[in-house]
Amino acid sequence: MILIDTLAQGLLLGGLYALFAAGLSLVFGIMRLVNLAHGDLIILGAYLILTVTTLTGLHPFLAVLLAAPLMFALGWLLQTHLLNRVLGTDILPPLLVTFGLSVVIQNGLLSTFTADSRKLTAGPIEAQSLDLGIVTLGIMPLLTFASAVAVIFALNQLFYRTALGRAFRATSDDAVTAQLMGIRPQRIFAMATGIALVVATIAALYLGTRANFDPSIGPARLLYAFEAVIIGGLGSLWGTLAGGIVIGMAQAIGASINPEWQILSGHVAFVLVLLIRPRGLFPRAND
Amino acid sequence: MTPSRNLGLALAFAALALMYALPAIAPRAIVQDLFGILTLLVLAMNWNMLAGFAGLVSVGQQAFVGIGAYAMFAAIILLDLDPLIGVLIGGLAAAAFSIPMAFFAFRLNGAYFAIGTWVVADIARLAISQWKALGGGTGTSLPKGTARDMAFVEQIKEMLDVSNAAAADALTYWLMLTLAVAMLVASYIFLRSRMGLGLQAIRDNENAARSVGVDPVKLKALVFLLTAFGTGLCGALAFIQITRVTPDAAFSVIDWTAFVIFITVIGGIGTLPGPIIGVMVFYALQRALADYGTIYLIVLGCLGIAVMLFARRGLWGLFTDRTGIDLLPLTHRPPQPAAHKPEAPRAA
Repeated sequence: MILIDTLAQGLLLGGLYALFAAGLSLVFGIMRLVNLAHGDLIILGAYLILTVTTLTGLHPFLAVLLAAPLMFALGWLLQTHLLNRVLGTDILPPLLVTFGLSVVIQNGLLSTFTADSRKLTAGPIEAQSLDLGIVTLGIMPLLTFASAVAVIFALNQLFYRTALGRAFRATSDDAVTAQLMGIRPQRIFAMATGIALVVATIAALYLGTRANFDPSIGPARLLYAFEAVIIGGLGSLWGTLAGGIVIGMAQAIGASINPEWQILSGHVAFVLVLLIRPRGLFPRAND
Repeated sequence: MTPSRNLGLALAFAALALMYALPAIAPRAIVQDLFGILTLLVLAMNWNMLAGFAGLVSVGQQAFVGIGAYAMFAAIILLDLDPLIGVLIGGLAAAAFSIPMAFFAFRLNGAYFAIGTWVVADIARLAISQWKALGGGTGTSLPKGTARDMAFVEQIKEMLDVSNAAAADALTYWLMLTLAVAMLVASYIFLRSRMGLGLQAIRDNENAARSVGVDPVKLKALVFLLTAFGTGLCGALAFIQITRVTPDAAFSVIDWTAFVIFITVIGGIGTLPGPIIGVMVFYALQRALADYGTIYLIVLGCLGIAVMLFARRGLWGLFTDRTGIDLLPLTHRPPQPAAHKPEAPRAA
């Protein structure tokens, strides 16, 4: 009984991690860009939602609608003016540029919003739960998981059913040939990063409503997100969801044995999966 | 050897002699400040070997600092050994840890490697937080008087005629300075050697290097092991000075890896003098912006980004490009043409 409850909580936690990871997975899959600032961009999104709710008094779920276009624009600008200039065969420049970005965002948030813990308040929905007979699940975790599935479904539709998705896949497979077909990789990359940051904003909404956040917690979220992406396999969005669930379940099981083991068990699960399958569970593309 | 290079080397030796004499002539605060800079310098030189020459972009160097520090504390507190032996044990423990870490991380390429090393470092942090004998998550302090009872402190005290604490500072300072010099000399000799040439060949084109018989995995693993040893020594030595260790401080990604990455990148990644220039810039920034909180970190991040955008070989790379002066050149002259002259072309 307790085990089922633990696993269910882990599954739902995995949804949150999949949301952290989905944007990363998209960018990573399309342009092999490792965005070390992704965690901090999620936290930036959370502060943006917070600012919108304080300025307008809107509910966080509505504030996201205002924050998302801003984050899309930020992603577009970042990619066009910064990241496109360092993409190439050498992986060092993009790694270092995004690492620099991470430190800049973190400390920028610190000096703007101080180190105090903040939270987005979603009202009574936070405390509500659903009794399923075997287990009782919180509405917010359920909503998080449902959003994760919806986001990944939508991204997959975009990826495999639209012209933009075709351009994404073509650029991912062979940027030079895609260029010959009239696709401009730089524009495609800018779109991808913009979309990734919209997903990051959705992740930020759930991050901020479920728990406290402060400017320093970005890198830890980045690690969970990356673990999910790598476990899932490069370029597979459903794999990313599976990876998030693996991390979430491992953390929940670890925490049920000893609360201090929560994060540790997630990391150990990541190492174990990679020892057995170095390319992750469902790799789509070769890197 | 050009005159400008001779002059440069002479200046460098004079500066080095001055740095060794410093504890005798400068106040303690300056010695402590320089100790902190030298710590970052040693870490930066190690990371530069990894990322700049072996192509291993590790974001997990804090694992070796933390393990070095904790092994040193364990040697002092649990085994009652001299701190200097503790430092050596710290280095060896870090090197020992690097072996299983390499078995895992070397299965991963490029970006995966960066994240993999980061995760392993976080695992080490969380695992050591469970070590109750050394204070668990809250950490522990060195027993009172540890630094005073260190070997050689008594002699230094008499020689310089200073307090116990100042003598201990001088000793750790000299050790760190020696570690930095040893690291620089060892890197230079290694990179000028056959193995070092192989390493740079791998970095520039792995397939071409393999085709002429260079074994990339073996060489990279060797560099990973040696830099883990150097990083562990440095971490252990640094924490003698700090005297208190906690998992969060010893395994801090910002203090032991992020700073180090920026220092190397700004100074010039893949050049030997790069970390030295970088650490000077870092220190100047930190001092100039000391009153504005974390602004220097923002400036540091922006500088790092700017260097990657406009001058990939950092400040030192810019300097050598403009002036043609390279104090520690790693380039080799191409082999001389064969002794016999080719026959003169015949008139048609």
